[in-house]
Order: sequence, then C-alpha cells, then structure tokens
Amino acid sequence: MSSVRRSIGSRLVLERSDFPRLLEGLGIRGYVTVGPVVRDGAIVYGPISRVEDLPIGWTDRQEAGTYRLERRDDGALFGYTVGPHSWKKYLFPAHERLWTAERSPEGFHILPRSEPEPRYAFLGVRACELAAIRIQDRVFDGAFKDPGYHQRRSEAFRIAVQCTQAGNTCFCASMGTGPRVEADHDLALTEILTGSAHYFLVDVGSERGAELATDLPLRPATEADIRAVDDLLEKTTASMGRTMNAVGLRDLLLGRPEHSRWTDVGKRCLTCTNCTLACPTCFCSTTEEVPDLDADRVERWRRWDSCFTLGFTHQGRTSVRTSASSRYRQWLTHKLASWHDQFGTSGCVGCGRCITWCPVGIDITEEVAALRKEEPVAVSAGGTR
Amino acid sequence: MPGKARPKVGVWKFASCDGCQLTLLDCEDALLELSERIEIANFREATSTVTEGPYDISIVEGSLTTPEDAGRIREIRGASRVLVTIGACATAGGIQALRNFGDVEEFRRAVYARPEYISTLATSTAIQEHVTVDLELRGCPIDKGQLLEVISALLHGRSPNLPTESVCAECKRRGNVCVMVAQGTPCLGPVTQSGCGAICPSYHRGCYGCFGPQESPNTVSLGHRLETLGMKADDRLRVYRTFAAASPAFRAASEDAERKLRKP
Ligand code: SF4
Ligand code: SF4
Ligand code: SF4
Repeated sequence: MSSVRRSIGSRLVLERSDFPRLLEGLGIRGYVTVGPVVRDGAIVYGPISRVEDLPIGWTDRQEAGTYRLERRDDGALFGYTVGPHSWKKYLFPAHERLWTAERSPEGFHILPRSEPEPRYAFLGVRACELAAIRIQDRVFDGAFKDPGYHQRRSEAFRIAVQCTQAGNTCFCASMGTGPRVEADHDLALTEILTGSAHYFLVDVGSERGAELATDLPLRPATEADIRAVDDLLEKTTASMGRTMNAVGLRDLLLGRPEHSRWTDVGKRCLTCTNCTLACPTCFCSTTEEVPDLDADRVERWRRWDSCFTLGFTHQGRTSVRTSASSRYRQWLTHKLASWHDQFGTSGCVGCGRCITWCPVGIDITEEVAALRKEEPVAVSAGGTR
Repeated sequence: MPGKARPKVGVWKFASCDGCQLTLLDCEDALLELSERIEIANFREATSTVTEGPYDISIVEGSLTTPEDAGRIREIRGASRVLVTIGACATAGGIQALRNFGDVEEFRRAVYARPEYISTLATSTAIQEHVTVDLELRGCPIDKGQLLEVISALLHGRSPNLPTESVCAECKRRGNVCVMVAQGTPCLGPVTQSGCGAICPSYHRGCYGCFGPQESPNTVSLGHRLETLGMKADDRLRVYRTFAAASPAFRAASEDAERKLRKP
C-alpha cells in the first residue's frame, strides 16, 4: 500500500470500511471537522466526530418551499444534496464580534482579537459550494481582506464530495459550477455503491490533501472506477431538477426594469429574507455597537443583513426600496447581472437553496424564465416602481 | 456617569398583566447595575415610593381601555421627556383588543354581576393612538435584551438597535431549520417582527406573531401558503386574533379570513 503515490492529481480508492481513518487523520492534525448531520428534519452542517454522525442512509426530497428527509435503502454517507446551511456559517458567521474597545484615562483603545480562529475541516463540500466560497473570497479575501474570514478560509481543509444525484431544486449544471469538482479541494470524494461494493474514489487536489492521504489505506483507481465516476456525474447532470438559461442574462435583466413580472413577484414575496440568508454567496451584513451600561467597554458586532429589509436601504429619513417588487428586483439584478460588473462572475451558483427555503416557494429559475419573455410594448405610460 | 444626575424613570401600567414590567425585575445582575444609574421614580411592581415628575424616561405598559386612562396617559406624556411603550398591549392593544371585534355591552352584562360598576371603553387601543411614542418594544412579553438595549441607549444618548425585520431573519441567523419548509408547520414568522430571537421556531413550533407585524408584512401571500398547509380560514382568523389582533396588518389579515369564512 505504501508504494501507492499520493500527489496532486492522484486518483485513489478508499474503502467505506476505512472511512473512519479519514476522520482520525483530520483529528490528529488538529482540525475541527464539520459536515452534514441530521437535525430537526433536515441535513445541516455541524460537528462530526465519528462516521456515524453523518446522515448515513438518509436522503432529502426538495421542492420550491418544501424539504423532507427520507430514508434510503442503502448505507450511503453522502446520498443527498445541499440543505439549509452553507459553509458561510463558518467562514462568514451570522454574528461575529469584530472588535472590542475599552475606555482608559488616555481615551478609547481597541483590544486585539483574542480568541484564536478555529481550524476547520469541511467534510462534504459540493462543487456548487466550492464555487460559492470562491465568490465570497472575492468579497472578503480579495483586495480588501477581512482578517477573520481570511484566516478561517486559508486554514480550512476542504474535503469535497461530487454529487452522485441531483436535487429537485438544483441547477449547478446551468451555472457551470458542478456537479464535477474541478478546483479548490484538498481531497474530492465520489461515493460508489454497487451491490456489495461501497467505496470512494479520492482525487487529491493539494499538497495538504496528499499529506493527509499518506495516513490512508488507498489503492490506485482502475479504469473501471474512473468510468463509474464519469457515469455517475453524467447521470447527475442529466437529472438536475431545474435549469436556468444564464446566457446574456446580465444585459437582459438590466434592460427590463419595468417588466410586469417584478410586480407579480412582489405580490408573492414576503420580504422575509430567507432566500438571502440561505444563499451561500449573499454577503451583506450590518454592524452594531454594543456598549456596557457604563459605556466603558464597547463591542462591535457584525450580523447577516439582507436587501429584503427596509433598513438595508434606509437613507436619511426613509428607505429607498419600499415595495417588495423593488427589493426582489434589487436582489435578482444584483445577483445575476450587476454582480458580473462588480466581481466578474454571476452571484448564483445554482444550489437551489433560495427556491427550497423560500416559505412561499418563489423560484429564481421560474422568475428568470418569465423575465425572459418579451412583453408587448406598453400602451399606457408609467410602470412599476 | 459620575457627576451627572441619574435620569428619573417612571414605569406606568395600563390594561395589562404586568408581565412586561416584571421583565425589568427579571434583569437580575443588570438590574443592580441599572439601579445605580437610574432613579426609579415610579414602579409599583418594585417599590411603593413615588417621586413627582417630570420624568426623563417613562416606560408604559398596557393598553387604553377606560376613559380615565385616556386622561392619565396624556398627563404622563406631558411629564415625560422620552416615552417608551413596552409589550403587545401598549403597542397593539393586546389580547384585550379582541373586544374591538365584539360587543362590549354584551360582555359586560354576561360577565359581571353588577355591570353598572364597570366603566370601560368599547375598544382596547395602543398607546400611540393617543399620544406620541418615542420608542416601542414589542412582544408578549418583551425581550429582556431589547429592554436593556433601550435603557442603555437612552442613558448614553444613542439610538437603540431595534430591527423591524421579520422573525425569519433571526431564525436563519440562529441556524434553525425552517419549520414551515421542513415540517409543513404553519408559522407567522415571515410577517412578524423580530426581537424574540425566534424562540418558537427554535422549539419546533410555528411563530404565533406575538411581536406583531414586521415592517412590510405580506399576510395575503402568506395566507395562500398557510391555506395549502391545511390552515383553514377559521384557524387563520384565530391565529391573527391574538396578542397583536388590533395592529392594522394583523387586523386586516383576520378580517380577510373572516370574509372567506362567511363566503367560502
Ligand atoms: S441565488 Fe439561490 S440558487 Fe443561486 S446561489 Fe443563491 S441560493 Fe443558490
Ligand atoms: S423571495 Fe421568498 S425567501 Fe426571499 S424574501 Fe421573498 S418570500 Fe422571503
Ligand atoms: S420557521 Fe418560521 S420564522 Fe423561522 S424561517 Fe421558517 S417561516 Fe421564518
């Protein structure tokens, strides 16, 4: 076994029975492993200490506004797609203390961040999620570096999982982000279950990944293993529950600010913020100062915010976007259009979270399809503001 | 703040259960610290000492249900620099605002042995319908953290952090699994104002709307969803007729359900 090469690009096989060794390897290297766990009727991300913590034998059924856990008839470890959580909860936490200041005779001084950042190992990162992390990198780890994000992100060990089934609200294939894992993984796993065989094809993506692999009992992948993976990924691509035509979308959306569909979706939208907070690329936040009663010590906290709240565009004495349709339009045109100008990429990776977790099932792919429909030239003047 | 006089705080009660005032007593450690920074000038739940006005801060609990109270709130307003209403009663009329949808005369005769002793208005109304309110704290009862935030903000002359977004925002930040999406449990979170920390969904129950409507509630769209989840018009009528029944948005939603009930 020790003669098997483990280097970037190596394609190896790990038996299911040896999977616990992977977790041990991460533990020995001081990582806090987090990954999919079953909680409150969904697969969310949480601490993983044993392989039994994973949603073994579970799957999910997703629809616009609906999510249900279901039993599988096999013992797959990764037989489901993405749930309500995303890795942003670790890299860009919902609440984060940015700094603390204390009053002294000389005035206020800022205390250095004292808590060390956790060294995470992310287990089970899907292709669309790696793409989402790349997008948030441009926000928090580009020209401007958010120190907390930067440290958590560069430390995080990423074990990707290639999806061997697509969810009903998935459309990564349309957005060019999946299901194949192409980059940014330390290791990428593909779970193969055929009859009595249960194993993982392991793609080594980094030096760190290769180093961890030295602890694992691995054999080189055969032609047949590689073909099995390709077949699975092809099947996944073919079974995407949703599609979105993203071609030319930027110009199209920016050119249709008065389309009647904005009014229509505004009637359905609850302005509840669920879509944005579940979205793995949405990065908006607000900050607040939290002083103690004496105001001798003050903490600055950052928390997730959303373009669906009134406060988000509060300027002077009022909010700029008061109607639900204007807020939905802001979200969609930023995500799918002006994001290109700002970050050189679409803001959508096709994960489907905003569709599943919208309480009223508003479906971004359906909205885009409707907005693509040309409307007869308006007879009357005026529009939707 | 040494040297400065401690701000004089009055706590006033109208039609209510006292639960919100008790939240102040429930602040435990913070309460000791607070008592050094503010002078409690009137707080019947805590002390029988009453100091004359004017007051720097008046904290008002309860709704307006009697003719005398309508006069009393004006006096309090006149004697207070800042007036803060606390709880669903003060901010939306409370559970007692159910009378607004019924016949008070009939209740009076049915409930009391000597109805002539009872002097009451036909409606229970929120304080802001009678006087100018500077800040309001929602909830039944209010949230301790929000109360301390407001007092601290007033002590230091800053504006308090009191988001008016939906409960869903807090629910998502907490990492809860949405009970409506994952369990099919009807939830008023999307139309309800945050501040409670999404307590009910955190315990796998739907939100009951005790913080009243959020800043831009869409009860019509949520109504369609509740309907498909099996919540019929009579249940929707009831769920909106609780703590914040008289708030304009929830009132409209319950009246809409009532119309559907009559003409299915
Ligand atoms: S917009 Fe929706 S589908 Fe696209 S990345 Fe965000 S949550 Fe996923
Ligand atoms: S699109 Fe859906 S999830 Fe997003 S704010 Fe509107 S109702 Fe909420
Ligand atoms: S459980 Fe209720 S409050 Fe929480 S996200 Fe779902 S609808 Fe909103």
